[in-house]
This record gives sequence, C-alpha cells and structure tokens, in this order.
Amino acid sequence: MRVSRGAKIAGGTVLGLGYAFLFAPILSVIVYSFNESRLVTVWSGFSTKWYGELAHDDRVLNALRLSLGIAAFAASGAVIIGTMAAYALARFGKFRGKALFSGLVAAPLVLPEVTTGLSMLLLFVLMERLIGWPQGRGAITIAIAHVTFAVAYATVIIRSRIASLDPALEEAAADLGARPFAAFVAVVLPLIAPALAAAWLLSFSLSLDDFVITAFVTGPGATTLPLLIFSSVKLGVNPEINALGTLIVGVASMVALTATLLQRKSG
Amino acid sequence: MSAATARRRGVLALPWIWLGLFVAAPFVIVLAISLSSAGYGSPPIDFFIGWQNGHPTFNINLDSFELLASDQLYIRGFLNSIAIAGLTTLLCLLVGYPMAYVMARAPARLQPLLVMLVILPFWTSSLIRVYAWIGILKENGLLNGLLLHLGLISQPLVILNTPIAVQIGMVYAYLPFLVLPLYATLQKLDWTLLEAAADLGAKPWSAFFRVTLPLSWPGTLAGALLVFVPASGEYLIPELLGSSTLPMISTVLWTEFFGNRDWPMASLIAVMLLLVLAIPLLFLRGGQATAGRV
Amino acid sequence: MAPLIRLEGLTKRFGETVAADDVTLDILEGELFGLLGASGSGKTTLLRLLGGFETPTAGRVLIDGVDVTALPPYERPTNMVFQSYALFPHMTVAANIAFGLKQARMPKPEADARVEEVMELVKLAELGKRKPSELSGGQRQRVALARALVLRPKVLLLDEPLSALDKKLREHTQFELMRLQRELGITFVIVTHDQDEAMAMCSRIAVMDMGKVIETGTPRAIYERPQCRFVADFIGGANIIDAEPVGPSRVRLPALGVECAVTDSLPAKGWVALRPERISLSHEAPAGGPWPAGQVEAVAFHGDFQLYRVRMDGGVELRVAASNVPGDPKPGERAFLSWPADAPVALSR
Repeated sequence: MRVSRGAKIAGGTVLGLGYAFLFAPILSVIVYSFNESRLVTVWSGFSTKWYGELAHDDRVLNALRLSLGIAAFAASGAVIIGTMAAYALARFGKFRGKALFSGLVAAPLVLPEVTTGLSMLLLFVLMERLIGWPQGRGAITIAIAHVTFAVAYATVIIRSRIASLDPALEEAAADLGARPFAAFVAVVLPLIAPALAAAWLLSFSLSLDDFVITAFVTGPGATTLPLLIFSSVKLGVNPEINALGTLIVGVASMVALTATLLQRKSG
Repeated sequence: MSAATARRRGVLALPWIWLGLFVAAPFVIVLAISLSSAGYGSPPIDFFIGWQNGHPTFNINLDSFELLASDQLYIRGFLNSIAIAGLTTLLCLLVGYPMAYVMARAPARLQPLLVMLVILPFWTSSLIRVYAWIGILKENGLLNGLLLHLGLISQPLVILNTPIAVQIGMVYAYLPFLVLPLYATLQKLDWTLLEAAADLGAKPWSAFFRVTLPLSWPGTLAGALLVFVPASGEYLIPELLGSSTLPMISTVLWTEFFGNRDWPMASLIAVMLLLVLAIPLLFLRGGQATAGRV
Repeated sequence: MAPLIRLEGLTKRFGETVAADDVTLDILEGELFGLLGASGSGKTTLLRLLGGFETPTAGRVLIDGVDVTALPPYERPTNMVFQSYALFPHMTVAANIAFGLKQARMPKPEADARVEEVMELVKLAELGKRKPSELSGGQRQRVALARALVLRPKVLLLDEPLSALDKKLREHTQFELMRLQRELGITFVIVTHDQDEAMAMCSRIAVMDMGKVIETGTPRAIYERPQCRFVADFIGGANIIDAEPVGPSRVRLPALGVECAVTDSLPAKGWVALRPERISLSHEAPAGGPWPAGQVEAVAFHGDFQLYRVRMDGGVELRVAASNVPGDPKPGERAFLSWPADAPVALSR
C-alpha cells in the first residue's frame, strides 16, 4: 500500500523521538565519562582520567572479577539445564507434571525480583540449618540464584529453536541407525547451536546486571559489580561510575549485537 | 519401564531437581515463613512448625496477616505499586504502540535494524541506565541545565526523588518490554486487510480502529502484562529515583526485611505480591491459550 | 512363499481418533506395494508403524518372520524416505548419505565406496560436496533415496514420494523408482493419495479408508473388478447405479429402466459399477437395446477425452468419458448411452 510522504515523516518522527528517549540517558553517561569536571552540568574538557582511576580501583576490579565469574557459571548452567528443559517441553508431548514443570521454568519471568530473591534466601538459610550447606551466603548462593532465573530465559530461546526444527530430522537419524543421544548430538545440537550461544549470552548479561536477587542472597565479601555500583550511586553521582557505565554499555552492546546476529542466523 | 521412558526420565531429571529445589521449595518456604513469628537470633524466625517430644508442634502466627490488613503502610504500598505500574503500562502503550506500528510497517530490510536498536538498551546494564536518569533529572542535572540555558524556566525544577521521576524511569525501563511483543504481533498482521478496508471505503483512522487495533489485541495484551506485572514489583527505580514518603510495595518488603528484620512480614508481602499479580496473570494466559491463538 | 512383511491386527489410536483400525496385511518380498487412500485414511500411520516411528496400540509387525513391534527404528531392517526428505541441512550431500554408514561404524574407505556407488545409482555423481539448500527438489529427493538405499535395507518405505514434484518430473521419477526397485530387488512400500500413480507403479495396492484396508489387489484387478462401491468410486470414479438381480448374470437398473448383463451374478439387490470410459454416447438409439437416454448437461474438455455429464430420464446423473463422439453432443441435446456386455461390474456392498 502506498504510504504518503506525510505518513513517512510522521513515522520517522515517532521512531526518532522514541529512539532518542531510549538512547539519550546512555549517551549522557558516555559523554560525561569523558568530562574532566565532576559536575554533570559543567563541561570542563575532554579527559580520560576517570577511566584511569577506574583501572586502579581495586574494589571495582574485584567486583568485576566476581561478577564475570558468576555470570559465566550462570550462563553455562542455564544453557545446560535449559536445553534439557527445552527439549522435553518441545519434543516430549504430554508428560506427567508438564503443566507444573512449565510453570516452574517460567516462574522467574513472572515473579517480581524481590519475591524470587527473598524466597531463595530463605531456602539457603533453611538448607544451612538442615544440612550445613551452603555455608553462609556468598558467591555460591549468588551463582545458584543466577542459574535459576537465567534458566527461564534460556529455555524460552532454546525451546523456540527446537520447536522450529523438522521433527522428521530426528526420525530420519533414528531410521538411519542413530540411537537417541547420537541423533541429538549429530543432528539437533549443530542446528540449535546458534540459539544455545544466544541463550548463553543473554544469561550472561542478565547475571552481570542483576541487583535485587543478588542483594538478597549475597553475604560478606561477595560484592558483585551491581552491588558496588548501587552503593556508590546511593552516595551520589560519581564520575567513575560514568566511566564504568560506558565500558559496560560498550561491552553489552557488542554482546547484544553478537547474540542478535546469532539468533537471526538460526532463523 | 521401556527404554524410551527411562530416557525421558533421564532428560527431565536434572531440570526437575533443580527447579523443584530452587523454585518450588523456596515458594513453599516463603509461605511457611509468612505464617511464622519474628524472633531473635539468626535467622530471626520462630518457625511455625516445631518438633518437641517426638511430635510436631504448631505455632502459626497471624500477626503479620493482621498487620498487613490493618496498617496503612502496606495497603498504600500495594495500591501505590499498582497505580504506578498501571500508569507505566498506559504510558508505555501510548508511546510504544506508535513505535511498534511504525517499525512493523517499515521496509522489510530496515526492520531488523530497528528491532536491534530497541533491544540494545535492554541488554545494557539497567542499573547504569537508571543511574543515568539521576544525572539528568537532579536539580543541577542535565535537564534543568538545558531548560535554564534555553530560558524556559528560571528556577531549577525538582524532579528527582519525586513520583514523576519514578514514572519517567519506569516508562523508560519498560518500554522495550511492550514494543517488542507488540512489534512481533503487528509484523505478522496481514496488511492486505487494510487494503481491503480501504477498498470498502474506510478512511485510515477508521481502518486502524476497526481492523488493526482489534487484530493486534493479543500482542497488545501480552506486552501490557509484560510491563504491568514486573513493574508492580520493581525495586530499583523507586529506590534510586523516588522518595521514601510514597514507597512501592517492593521497597516496603525491602525495608521490612533488611531494616526491621521482620522476615515473616517480608515473606507475607512476597506471598501477597505473588497472589495479587502472578496468579491472575497465569489465569489470563491460560484463558488466552484456550480462547484460541490469533 | 511366506510374506516378508506381516501386519497383524494393527491398531493405532491417538486419543479419540483411530488412525489404524485392526489392519492385517501381508506384503511379499520384491513387491512394489502401494498404500492408497485419501488424507486421514491411515496410510501414513501404517507406514510409520512399519518403520517404527509409532508404537501400535494393539497388534504386531513382523518382518522376515521376526516380531519387530517393540523395536525402535534404528533396530529395524527398514529405511524411510520422508515426505519432507528430512535431509540434514548442516551436512553435505555425501555426509548425509554416509550418515547411516557412520552410525554403523563402517570404516571410511568402505563407506566412501558405498556412497559413491549409490550416488551413481541415483544419478547424483558430482554433487557430493553440495549442501541440501543448494539442490533442486528432485535432487533432494534423490539424496533422500540414496541415503536410505546405501544401507541396503530389506524394506524401503516411501512417504508420498512424488507429491512434491512437478508433473514432468513426477513421470520421470516414477519410472526411476520402478527401475531401481527392479534392479535392487528391494521390497518397496509406497504411500500415496494419487491413484494414477499407485496404479502405474505398484505391483499390488491396498486401498484404505478411515484406518481400515478396504481392498487389496493388483492394479488391474482393483480397477476392473472392484469389490465394493467405495473402491469402484475411489479408483477411476465409476458410476454407481442401483441394481436388482433378474437372472444369472443379468440385472435390472430401475433408475434407467433397462436390463443388462453383468460380469458376476448379483445375489441380492445391490449396485452396478459402470466406468465412464466404457460408455458410448450417440444421438440415435444403438442396436441391441433398449438403451437408456438422457439430456447432456455439461461437457468438459480434458485433452484426450471429453467428460460428459448426462441427466438420465430416470433422474440419475451419469458421467461419460469419450472422445470423437459422432454428432458431437452439446449441452441441451439428448443422447443415448450404451455399453459392452462385460462393462458393468456387480457390487453387493
């Protein structure tokens, strides 16, 4: 249908304003990370000194290290469990408890973060009381919590990809002599690999960024990057945070780009 | 048991165990704690079931329930959350629907780029993005600086730490959650229907209201829920951008838990949050499924 | 000779639907056997039960005397060519074909030789390094065929092999399949909804409807001597006319007001099947009457014949397929219908 020029301009304006709204705050952080002055409203010159201070800030470096480690663990765990759950949901037809299973997988997507965080903390406390593990709260409890909510997202991505595969492919593999696991490895895995990668990247990002759930299940000595940023922000606008934020945005954008390209490649 | 069944159980084992332990069990525990009393010690709970002389004793404490029902703080917190979440949803719809529409009608080769631009902010740290608004909205922040410079105002506006700041932050954070599913629905729409409507004499606006809007309703609803439910439970944005005089329910939960060390109360709030939000949501999704997929 | 394949009392239920209803069927070695039916008739279900892709609700599947009912596909001596071909998109043509050999742990040199051999057989040489997405529909089908044949199965199952091909390719592939089957001597079981295809290719056909096998026989037998109205109508669209017996090999057709001879005797009231292509049309009453007459309602040009729809005086409509009819009857004109004595087939059900 022919679109009038007026409509095109209107459409472009709508999108332009929308994107401006979405990107303006991010851009402001990036721009002011290079501001020599501490004050946001005063531009006193281009400087990378905040990045320099960041590089020497041990607390930030430690928090970064911890966050990255937990994120990698969470992403890997989420993809492994998520693949199993996704395969079952996509290929097993009806099975006992499917509705409950489906609900449990999706729960973190639906529940408010404070609820998930609180409930997991209570679990950890009870577990420590009953069986002595996990001992105290810290990196381990954070990692477990992150895997749990990341599974919800990973399963959605992977399930959609598995469901789009022709079931005849697995039947053909079986027909040609492959036992179920061999068929999965030889046929399904290569074809869902891009979705697995996308799910890994998304889980990684979500874990890296999580604040609320982490705040509940963390313990002494386990300060992740978001926790550090939050306490820093509560104290006031900190130019180092701008630099950190810019770096995070830069890395996250590249991750997002990669993941989106991967997802499109897998159809 | 046949080999096929054993294999299925094998695949389901790990997910079941993980989910059962880390999703189902916590839920039950929260429920249980909400029935217990606050105590001293670590953890600060007097569990509602005890074991004495070889048989269980019950000590269900409903103080939290009474307090919840009576103290204005909690009721106001829930209402406040629902109100803010509702307004957020509405604003997201007003801003997001046009965006999604334009995206869906854009030339096919542009669409992936447009989608990516919406997804991009979603991937970058939400904490940083909320923090950015502090820099923009504070009294000596970017917005005031710009408005003062342009001469539009003479005194800096107080926006930060007010409900308005919270609202702006919420709309900002949740916009992609509405735009993306709505775009997905609109993109699948059969645009020849609009041509048919035009052929039958409908003007553009009329066609929109009578054809496009109704057909995009499932996607709109999905997006709206995807905004409303998590938004009601949002903690970070009101905490960083709002004030403590009009807290949202998550802030109340946080204060009860970390501030007052009243774990049973916090648990009860969590359960209430769940009931008030998640359960109607599940019913709605179930209803949508049976009503047929559009 | 003992049958190679025996389906015994095979039933498959999906919830409320009965896809296969107590089917008992024998397929002999070396046959090109066709399962013919409309969609939903159960023919694909039967094929899948044979291949091991469904487990029956009741009944047994025996291949070469062995009860394979409980065996999964990878343990059966069958191989399937799927309707969608199901080629592995991430593997080359050669890798696709070699897949089964790899699963059987055949040493590479031997496997490579077998792959080459079968590619020659289906005329795919030189295409080994291509990916499925780079092939035409016909080429993809040959890859699917090669992939199954390279394993030298006892039984080859084909699910609607010609349905995705255009008309010209269909004819060519038909002959190719028949040639392959002859050369290799493998038993083929083909599922198709196209009766012309089934009749042209198969040595024997089982006509299916609603999960049951209605009739089994050679194409000629089924065509010339259908045992029931369903088959008579399904195959070749015969005219079904009410009939009453009036003597040995003779019936009366009340709706047409005439008597005629029939092939076999009709024991009681029944029907007669009269194929459109065996009826002649003429403006004048032919000899050997009395013959029924009616009004030509429509004429459709089909290239090698014309299809006439004639409303007989008794009210019933008959279809006549004829070419070069003298006088060239047009809609609105009256015509007489006549047929040879061996044309009507008596049907009691």
